[in-house]
Amino acid sequence: MNKNVILQVKGVNKSFGGVKAIHHVSFDLLKGEILGIIGPNGSGKTTLVNLITGFVKADSGFVFAEGKKLSGLPPYKIAGLGIVRTFQIPRPYHSLSAMKNLVVPLYSSRIMRTIGGKLGDRDTVALDILEEIGFERDAHVPYKHASTFPEGYLKRLELARCLALRPHVIIMDELFSGLSVSEITAMIPIVEKLQMNGMTIIMVEHRVRELFQIAHRVMVMNFGEKIAEDVPDAIIKSEIVKQAYLGVT
Amino acid sequence: MNIFIFGLVNSVILALMASGFALVYGVSRLANFAHGALYILAGFATWLFLNRLGINYIGSIFLSIIIVSIIGGAIYRFLLIRVKGMPASEIIASLAIGIAIMELFRWRGFISEAYMLPPFVAGSVSIAGVVIDWQRLIIIGVGLAMMLSLWLFTHHTKVGLSLRAIAQDKHASMMSGIEPDRTAVIALAMGSALAGVAAVVILPLGNITVETGYMVLIDAIAVCIIGGLGSWAGVLAGAFLLGFSRILTAAFIGPHWQMVVVLLFIILTLILKPSGLLGRQKELEERV
Amino acid sequence: MDEKIRRRERLDRGIKVRTEGIYAISSWRGIAYTSLPTAAFVLGLLIIPLAVTSMTWQKIIIIACVFAFLALSFDFLAHFVGIVCLGGAFFTGVGGYISGVLNSAFGAPLVITIPIATIGGAVICTLFLLPCLPMRGIYFAIVSLMYPLLFARVIQALDIFGGTDGLPGLATFPNTWVELYLILPMILILTFGLRRLVNEDFGIVLRAIKDNDQAVRASNINITWYKMKAVFLGSAIGCFAGAYLAHLYGWVGISLFALDFSIFPIAATVVGGVGTLVGPVIGAIILTMFSEMLREFGPLRVVFYSLILAGLVILNTGGLVPYLQRKYYQFEHWIEI
Repeated sequence: MNKNVILQVKGVNKSFGGVKAIHHVSFDLLKGEILGIIGPNGSGKTTLVNLITGFVKADSGFVFAEGKKLSGLPPYKIAGLGIVRTFQIPRPYHSLSAMKNLVVPLYSSRIMRTIGGKLGDRDTVALDILEEIGFERDAHVPYKHASTFPEGYLKRLELARCLALRPHVIIMDELFSGLSVSEITAMIPIVEKLQMNGMTIIMVEHRVRELFQIAHRVMVMNFGEKIAEDVPDAIIKSEIVKQAYLGVT
Repeated sequence: MNIFIFGLVNSVILALMASGFALVYGVSRLANFAHGALYILAGFATWLFLNRLGINYIGSIFLSIIIVSIIGGAIYRFLLIRVKGMPASEIIASLAIGIAIMELFRWRGFISEAYMLPPFVAGSVSIAGVVIDWQRLIIIGVGLAMMLSLWLFTHHTKVGLSLRAIAQDKHASMMSGIEPDRTAVIALAMGSALAGVAAVVILPLGNITVETGYMVLIDAIAVCIIGGLGSWAGVLAGAFLLGFSRILTAAFIGPHWQMVVVLLFIILTLILKPSGLLGRQKELEERV
Repeated sequence: MDEKIRRRERLDRGIKVRTEGIYAISSWRGIAYTSLPTAAFVLGLLIIPLAVTSMTWQKIIIIACVFAFLALSFDFLAHFVGIVCLGGAFFTGVGGYISGVLNSAFGAPLVITIPIATIGGAVICTLFLLPCLPMRGIYFAIVSLMYPLLFARVIQALDIFGGTDGLPGLATFPNTWVELYLILPMILILTFGLRRLVNEDFGIVLRAIKDNDQAVRASNINITWYKMKAVFLGSAIGCFAGAYLAHLYGWVGISLFALDFSIFPIAATVVGGVGTLVGPVIGAIILTMFSEMLREFGPLRVVFYSLILAGLVILNTGGLVPYLQRKYYQFEHWIEI
């Protein structure tokens, strides 16, 4: 097994009722890369994310992470192994403040096992993470109820929730959706910095242009199948991809 | 043979009781805890029409089923519709309404043995060496007829098809022009009518008491949990499983143990197959 | 268009703003203002029994407190964990019977039976409710409603634990003062304790589970384990109430599983104010008093408070405590748009 492969998806299939959502998809995720996953609506991207992270059980096929089998584990255990995901529509804990939102993952067993005793005051750690992710550290912002923040902040809060777990792999499900170009431009350096510090990232995206600025490799899906996997430049030129998106022959 | 016939009767009884509840839940995802109340409402209404207003038996039955349907639909249209979508409030509201109705009857004194409905056909007949009263046979007949007509209704009439559509996919149905609220009112009216039919057919076997209302609620829910909420075949499966187990328990272990058996089955179902025998509820897999 | 549209605007009262945070201690008036609600609640609960001299009213206060326990349990589970428990009667029944059986069959004194019934009862109730936890809320609601009804019938049918007649002749409390001053401080401790709990970290995770359990799962937390602990706490509170009742009357019977104990706490919570923890206590007191005043009506009382419950739930009103809070902390006036 290639030492650089941090996640292996092998031949996974998933049907919902009569609809085949994922059809025999396989790919390897290399350590430290940013892998983009794109595809038209309904191509199964989010289902794939759900499969990898345990929210949906595959009908057949396997997912391995550094030799450990992920298939069949419940979501909270997979998160415990350091593989986390953001949700397409961020729904923070609306009855809590932004800071308290982050205190929740600090009670995960992953954190408790590793640095729990040394964490000190969790509120401070939460504030630190928020500052890293771009929230202003002034008196009021982190203490505002999470429901009062605009979309850009909510996306960052989602990311912060993942970062609080000190993961190895982050799967970002449409992080850029719903954001303005300027907000995306502000997010890109955060993602790049994460990758430079050793994080492996999968980005499921619709905003192809922005994604291609930072992705190392890109995988294209259509109707539940993987139809291409290559570097961004090659994907742009690929006839198969064009056909999938535009339907021209 | 005895066991087979009485088991069959019991199962059909349970299926009749549960079908109203299952219909309402299947179509509008509303757990109608006033089901038991509507059941005895139909019983008392029939009794009142028959004994106080002197209307003939068939007329009383007809009238009370219609009235119960109207009340059921009205409960949704004017009360429950306001808490639509908040499952906690729906349950609490329908439970409170159900209890209010049942306790109202208790206050008016409907707890003695004086309240009975006469059987449709008195006397009994012997089938394959088993003596069984006509009423029970009628129950089987009515039960089968109900199942059949429900099946025909939901597969071949416009209203029935819309009920199934909403049950399967609310949003797609809305896009096809089916109004979920109107359908829910219809579903509740039909569910209440089913409760009414069950009541008038089954109550002649015994008395009409307020306790029956609570028992019907428990039985209906038990059948639906064991068979699977949201599935017709599930109601039948649950009803037969429970019906026969109760008869077998009564025959071989002791009649008092029947309730224990019900409790046991519910717990077993929850542990082994939470969505019920034939349930199609994807409990964890939605919402992501 | 000459129509002037008016809307109601609410602003914090001046004194509320002036006493925000540390400034509460800046003046005597400020201290009085901020501490009045809590003081009124605490002192009211502790002193009323002394002020009321008739035996009947003291008994009524005790019953109100028992229902307050159940209401606290319901409010905690429903509004801070997202678990709607329709089976308060399950807890009182299990708790009551455990302490009743221990006392009747083994002669254990009530200082032993009550704690054992509380913890042991909580263990049993949690085990029975455990299978429902991973599933959608409606299953929990239905099953919790059913358990007390089923258990009552089972006890009746098998004629165990005294069957329909129940177990009479249990130990009772030495006198009314013990009864009162055992339970009143406990209510206070429980109310303020739960308030503290939901703002401490365990409570924060529970509230997060209520808001978005998928995200909590994705944050490497086993939500079934947390829910189980919450149910344990909720059922312990209810079992204590049941055990207390058993020794209050000196008798246990299947009436401890009565629907009353399931519905009343919900009504009390809705009347007092959902999610406030203080509201359910006040709601329980108010409803018990009304219930007493309507005693002649017999079963009609149940009709009354079911209808009130249905009405309040359907109209989605906030409850008494939020209303009082609004009046106390804010003032309203109409402004034109």
